[in-house]
Amino acid sequence: MDSVFRNRTAAVVMLTPALLVYTFVMLVPILWSVTYTFQSGNAITGFEFVGFDNWIEFFRDDTALDALWFTLRYAIVMTVLQVATGYGLALLYIFFLRNKSPLVRTTIFFPVILPTVAVALMFSRMFEAAPTVGPINTILQWLGGDLTDFLGTPSQAFWVVIIMDVWRSMGFYAVLLYAGLVEIPNEVIESARIDGASGWKLVRRIVFPLSLPVLLSALIFSINGTLKVFDSIVALTNGGPGSATTPLTLYMFRTSFAYGQYGYGSTVAFMLTLLCLIATIFVFRSMRRDVTSS
Amino acid sequence: MKQSLRRGRRTFAAAAFIGASALALAACSGSSDSDSSSTAGGGGGGGGTTSDEFTYLGQTQNTTIAATLESLQTGACAAAADGTPLVTDAIDGTTWDQQLQVLAGNDALSNMSMAAGTPSLMQDFISAGKVLNLTEAFAELGVEGAVLPAAEATLKQLYQADDLYALPTEFNIEGFWYNKDLFEEAGVDVPETWTELVDAAETLNSADIQPFVAAGGDGWPVTRLVGNYIFRSLGADALQKVADGEASLTDAEYVEGADAVSALGEAGYFGPAAGSIDYNTAMNQFLTGGGAMFYMGSWALGNFNSEEENQIGVDAIGYFPFPEVEGGAGSIDETPANAGIPVMFTTANYTDDIGEWLKCIAENYGNVALAESGQVTGFEITETPADQSELTTMVQDQIASAAGSVLWFEAAFTSEGTTVSQTNGGGLATGDLSGQEFMELVQAANGG
Repeated sequence: MDSVFRNRTAAVVMLTPALLVYTFVMLVPILWSVTYTFQSGNAITGFEFVGFDNWIEFFRDDTALDALWFTLRYAIVMTVLQVATGYGLALLYIFFLRNKSPLVRTTIFFPVILPTVAVALMFSRMFEAAPTVGPINTILQWLGGDLTDFLGTPSQAFWVVIIMDVWRSMGFYAVLLYAGLVEIPNEVIESARIDGASGWKLVRRIVFPLSLPVLLSALIFSINGTLKVFDSIVALTNGGPGSATTPLTLYMFRTSFAYGQYGYGSTVAFMLTLLCLIATIFVFRSMRRDVTSS
Repeated sequence: MKQSLRRGRRTFAAAAFIGASALALAACSGSSDSDSSSTAGGGGGGGGTTSDEFTYLGQTQNTTIAATLESLQTGACAAAADGTPLVTDAIDGTTWDQQLQVLAGNDALSNMSMAAGTPSLMQDFISAGKVLNLTEAFAELGVEGAVLPAAEATLKQLYQADDLYALPTEFNIEGFWYNKDLFEEAGVDVPETWTELVDAAETLNSADIQPFVAAGGDGWPVTRLVGNYIFRSLGADALQKVADGEASLTDAEYVEGADAVSALGEAGYFGPAAGSIDYNTAMNQFLTGGGAMFYMGSWALGNFNSEEENQIGVDAIGYFPFPEVEGGAGSIDETPANAGIPVMFTTANYTDDIGEWLKCIAENYGNVALAESGQVTGFEITETPADQSELTTMVQDQIASAAGSVLWFEAAFTSEGTTVSQTNGGGLATGDLSGQEFMELVQAANGG
């Protein structure tokens, strides 16, 4: 086997098809998209070279900056909540439910496989204020509160989106982190217990440090997924009310395909790519530092 | 020697493999081209004289056009359909403009399709030569005069073109439809000025009747009110001046229109959670007596005439034009009008066979759509159905008696301006957005 890898011709023959496919399917479109960032126009009106105008426009465009701010807020809140609830559930599976956990795991995982549009429809009905009053508003009114238009009020629409997406995704992160936690040897846990560690102390001193690698994966997975949120928001609020829940992805989609500005849309896409890269490097570095220090 | 021969063979094998892979990739990319030409239908390439089929692409939400074309295929247009049968297809209308842009960019538009919803996009199609000049085509086919002058003028004004580029498969007027019973119950007269309209709303609200029904979630039924206020206060060319850069939506006299509508929202006249109500919900609300006034186009006649949908009865529905603004430059006689979503023909694949279809549609579409769907179109009518409803006749009379027409708030705006306007319209209906805030957002999206 070693001799095969040392043979350059064999390596070239084996790698070339995959490299060609990767080049045409990934690299060419990415480079093509980057060239669009220096152009304005679309397939109908034609393209014109505009230098760095699109990049300058991005930082002057209030809607783009609002979308960037929404994306960051959404990604941070979602990452914290979905990884925290996932971790909490994983601990619950391991330390409390033990052998009874498969049924609970399956139930909590169930929303992950539901179609996004169906979930969004269910949540819009739950939080509905008119013409029919949904269950949440009914409960609020029963408790003496006012009828609230959750999806028509910018600050509340944000939290409805968060609640829906946490409900949808926590089962996935619970299973992901559970898979990491079951890898911790029982002997280590038992030894810690004999040494007097239990409850929160056991989790903080033993379980948490040993589960850092899988937490790192979950965080990177979560931050990248949430920065690219699109379908759940389109289905629930379509970016509204106004542009209050419009993330960069939806703004990029509208700019490119509804407004016919392929160049500017590509610039927004590239900014999103940079954001994902920066977030991943940041998470990776900070986690690596923590592991070393512990 | 043996080793170099082996190396040569390996190099040859590698080169052959790379060549084969490249050929496979080239073959893959080639197949998409052939797909797009078959999607375009017809003889392919344009300039030919025959086509294998006549393709139509519409929105799933509109079934009238496809149904009318199918009736024509078996009736008046049987000769045109002989050898060039009709093939219809439909896609969801919510991303219509986006789909059209992709199709047009690839020269893959159907022979006939519903036009772009945003007029500025149609202007791009016209400039790029993607859409057939119907004035010239009608002259060649000898069917000049098939489109009513009022409808033709509206379409030319809409696309800011000297020639006709789309066919008016609908011709609608807009205004307030009101519930006569609720007006009588609250003792309210039909308003003729904006002040009277606000007073009527106040009286209705005091009588626990929701004054206005509006689909704030869709936005446009609310922004229509802003546009009409501006037309009435500043004149029919007020919004064209904004598009031409001669005025700004943030000018005080323009903001006044948005403020007037926002004040209605702030007073709660559009009902609770107005920003979350969609088109179908609003229609249902009005037709079940859930509100007194409903700003809508005459395309809603089908719903009004439906015994199943209309619980308040067709006789209980009245119409009044958008009221005057006291001291304004506009007139109550200028009726807001539009051609719904008209249809266009693509220049690619336009052949003599497609020309035969076009001629037949121009001559017969209006009669068939009116007889079979009760649809008022912008085509010349030569046969009036005996069982035509009174509301339909009233709309036809209103069109005939209108001294002039105006378009709508976003008609002259960019795609981005239109989207931002309509996504924020709900904020005016709830009173969450002030007129100034709304106009600043739209003006910025409209190119500063």
